[in-house]
Formats: sequence, C-alpha cells, structure tokens
Amino acid sequence: MAFAATLHGTSPVGIGAHRYEDNVATREQPWVRRLILGVSLTFFVLFVFMPLAVVFHQALSKGWGAALRAVTDSDALAAVRLTLLAAVIAVPLNLVFGVAAAWAVARFDFRGQELLGTLIDLPFSVSPVIAGLIWVLIFGAQGWFGPWLIEHGIKIIFAVPGIVLATIFVTFPFVARELIPLMQAKGRDDEEAATVLGASGLQTFWRVTLPNIKWGLLYGTILCNARAMGEFGAVSVVSGHIRGQTNTMPLHVEILYNEYNFAAAFAVASLLAMLALVTLVLKSWVEWQGNRPVVQEKIISRK
Amino acid sequence: MNAAVTFFNPRGQTRVLPGFGLSLGYTLVYLSLIVLLPLAAVFIQTATLTWAEFWAIVTAPRVVATYKLSFGAALAAAAINVVFGLMLAWSLVRYRFLGKKLVDALIDLPFALPTAVAGIALSALWAGNGWLGGLLAPFGIKIAFTPLGVLVALIFIGVPFVVRTVQPVLEDLETELEEAAASLGAHRRQTFTRVLLPVLTPALLTGFALAFARGVGEYGSVIFIAGNIPMVSEITPLIIITKLEQYDESGATAVAVVMLLFSFIILMTINLLQAWAGKRTGRNR
Repeated sequence: MAFAATLHGTSPVGIGAHRYEDNVATREQPWVRRLILGVSLTFFVLFVFMPLAVVFHQALSKGWGAALRAVTDSDALAAVRLTLLAAVIAVPLNLVFGVAAAWAVARFDFRGQELLGTLIDLPFSVSPVIAGLIWVLIFGAQGWFGPWLIEHGIKIIFAVPGIVLATIFVTFPFVARELIPLMQAKGRDDEEAATVLGASGLQTFWRVTLPNIKWGLLYGTILCNARAMGEFGAVSVVSGHIRGQTNTMPLHVEILYNEYNFAAAFAVASLLAMLALVTLVLKSWVEWQGNRPVVQEKIISRK
Repeated sequence: MNAAVTFFNPRGQTRVLPGFGLSLGYTLVYLSLIVLLPLAAVFIQTATLTWAEFWAIVTAPRVVATYKLSFGAALAAAAINVVFGLMLAWSLVRYRFLGKKLVDALIDLPFALPTAVAGIALSALWAGNGWLGGLLAPFGIKIAFTPLGVLVALIFIGVPFVVRTVQPVLEDLETELEEAAASLGAHRRQTFTRVLLPVLTPALLTGFALAFARGVGEYGSVIFIAGNIPMVSEITPLIIITKLEQYDESGATAVAVVMLLFSFIILMTINLLQAWAGKRTGRNR
C-alpha cells in the first residue's frame, strides 16, 4: 500500500479554491495568505523549477548546433536505442504482471492477500543500487550461475540482459499499484453479473473490466515507462559502461559529464527532461480523462 | 495447483469469477523470480560471512560515516519537506494564483525526471559558479560538493511525497469543521493547531516516512552534487558500488543487508501509519 497514495492523482485542482477564500471561517488574513503563498512558491521555484530550467539552459550554452551534434552522435544514438529496448521489454512484462496481480488481489479473497500487496510494493523501498547488486550476485562472474554462464559463453552482467533485468525490477510495482486500489474501489458486481449471464473469462475481462480500468492502466504504464527509461542507479551497477554497447541514456549523460563535456551531457539530459515533461503532460491528461465520468456523475446525481 | 488453491482458500468458498488459479499462480511465480529470489540472494550471500566478519564490515568507520550522512541528510530533508510540502499543498488546495495548474503538474517532476539528470542539474545550479551557488558564494557558503549538497538533492527528491499525501486529505476536509471552530470563537491559528493539524498529522507523517525511505536509498541525484569524499560526503549506496568495483562482493552485500533491513522496517512503519491515517480520516488509501 505504501507508495500508492503518492503516485495517485488527485481531483482536478482549483475546483473550489474560492470556496475557501470566500468563507470567513476558512480564509486567512491577507498577510498570512501572502506569506504562505510567497514561501511555498519560492520553495517550488528554488527546488523544482530551477533544476529543470538549468538543464535546458546548459544544453544550449554552446548553441543549438553543438546540442544537436551531441544528441545525434553515434554513441548517443546507441544509448537511445538501448534505453528504448530496455523499456520495450520491461514495460509490457510488468503490464501483464500488473493485470494478473490486480485480478488476483482485487477480485478474490484469499489467505495472505495483504502480505502479497506489501511484497508487490517491495521494489519501491529497495535502493536502486541494491536492485543492481542482486543480479550481480546471481549472474555475475562470481555469482551463483557465473561459472556456468562463462562456460557457455553467455553474458548477462555487463551486457544488455542485465540492464533489462535491473529495469524490470525497479519498474515492477508501477502498474499493479495503480490497478489494485482502482479495481478494489470499483467492486466485483459488474464482472460477477457478466459471468452469471454466461460471459467467458476473457469476454468479461475485455468487455467489462478493461473499459473500467483503462485510464488507470494507462496511468500506471506511463509512470512505469518513465522510470524504465530514466533508471540510473540499478542499471549503472550491471552495465559495465561500454560506450556504444551497454550505455543507456542516463549512463551516457554520466560519462559525458565525468569527461567535463558539460554542454553535451546537458544536451542528452535535455532529451530525458523532455521525456519527463511529456510524461507529466500525459499524466495530467489521463487524470483529467479518468476524472471526467466521475464529475459528470456528480452533476447528474445533484439534479 | 490444486493443493495451492486449497491453501489459499482454506474455507473452500465457491468463486464466481474465473481465473483465480491462473492469475495468482502467475503473480506468485513472477514475483518470486523477479523480486523475492533475487533479494534472498543478498541474505544467502551474507551467510557465507561469519558474524564477526559481517560486524567488522558494517561497523567500519568509513561505512558508519556514510550511515550518518545518508540517514541524517534524509531525516533533515524529509523534515524540511514536511514544512514546505504542507505549505505548498495548502496553497494548491486553498488559494487561487496564476500558474496554479502548472505548479500542480510540476510537483511530480522529481518522480518523472531521471535521477542522473536531476543530479547534474542540481550540481550545476548549486556549484560556486551556478545560479544559486553563485549567490551564496560571496558569504562563504558552499553547497555543492559538501554534505549540504546531499541535503539539497534529497529535498528535491522528496518534494512530491509530502505534497501528494497531504493534498488529497486537505481536499476531502469538510469546511464545517473550521466553521464550527470559528463559530465557537477560535482564532484562525487555534483552528489550525487544534483542529486541522491533528487531522493532517497522519498524512504528514506518512509523507515524511516516504520521503525519508526514498532519501536513504537515493543514488543518482546525490552522487553528482555530493563530491563523494570518504568520511565527509560519501553516501551508503556509493559504498556498496565502491566495494563492488573492488570485487569485494561480500562487503557490498553486507552493507546492502543493513540497508534492506532498514527499508523493511520503514515499509512496515508506513503501512501502519497508512492504516492509522485511513482510520482517522475515513479514507482507505
């Protein structure tokens, strides 16, 4: 349950701010209001807005040409391809898992249900570095399967499979964490009615469950994808940092930065920052879509 | 599969919906392969050490210095986020201002921005020649490449946790509470400390615990700004990486066990806090 609350969207902002400002009992004196707004927005600008702005400012510090050259460099393109590959494998796997886990946890009662929910959350509370370390212990040269893998010429650690495994681990809970509370809140009545009326399991899922959870599913997938493409610590442990071969985009940023090639590092970083911004826009859009029917229902029921 | 189904369904209830065995079976297999067995590897690997060896590794002075920094900075950052996160959530729910939707959407930036990008951005911002570091440099205050840099990075990472746990509770709050307090003659400040704060406390504590847990394990956004000087600005996750790079897998694993045990304790605390919060506010999330 732990991280669900923080990843969940809230209802559309600003629906009723004037409700508080126009009410004598809930409004502050003007100077208090100005103080709270001033302090909180200053904090926001210093700690959230400026780090974002500095990425784009630094990326363009040597001009558009240099930035463009940095992101179209062959090593950078290889990093983009590897990042996309890791996400293309990790996201669908965790999507299928998320749906299966949500079906099991939210549609049935069984012994250990709560425990299962907590275990699914586990990767969120594990340091990314440990998320990489576990795969080294299993598949590394001195790991459990290390000697066998070397004998058969299979490379997992310091190669692409290790990067994919680390990515799967860190993005493991995202979809399940969105779907479980959503499906629990919707209840089982619709699906039970469909089944009693003779629908097969697959029909029930496609025609009844999926339309109900589609926005939550999309929301979880977007967050899962953002983390998959941006993961640094876990991937850093298993990658081996071979330029053009086992570098994802965040690792490429690190290498450029450590070579004091700041403008290029920030140029590649600005691509990732844009990915983050697209994620936030999509997320807001999905929240708006997901909230719409609820709002309409409220309006109708008020009449 | 049948035995497993009997175990999970001791009372033998008839289930209306299909797919219980399949979905639970797949969930358990995938969970075991991706999460449980790999994490168990950490504990099994540590078992190859004697207790004395383990203790010597995890209490070495350089390692202890990293606990102090990682835990101390994470605690301080979470506390700072409780104060400013509450003010931000309050502003977003209760006040009208220009650009509010933008601010609300960008609150989640620290979740969405890859940590390596956050790391280099923060060090550019707070370095002696950066936009903010440059303002502080004339006063002899250094942020980047000192323990204060770690604090700054963990504040950034923790922003959404407190805001996003407090915001929904504030939105659900009925104005009747405050109206009753006001009509009974309470000052606004009394209403806040005696009526609102007690209702918000579980959410604030949950946000604090989430930000703290994330901060202790954080790596990417910290290492660029920390300077990584042993005994001064080195964090615990970095010690694990350093040991791995020296092919000291047992050492890395021993420190990882300490961090994992700590994470499990925090996770249990958060679950308890959320159960308490659910009871207090009538929300189940």
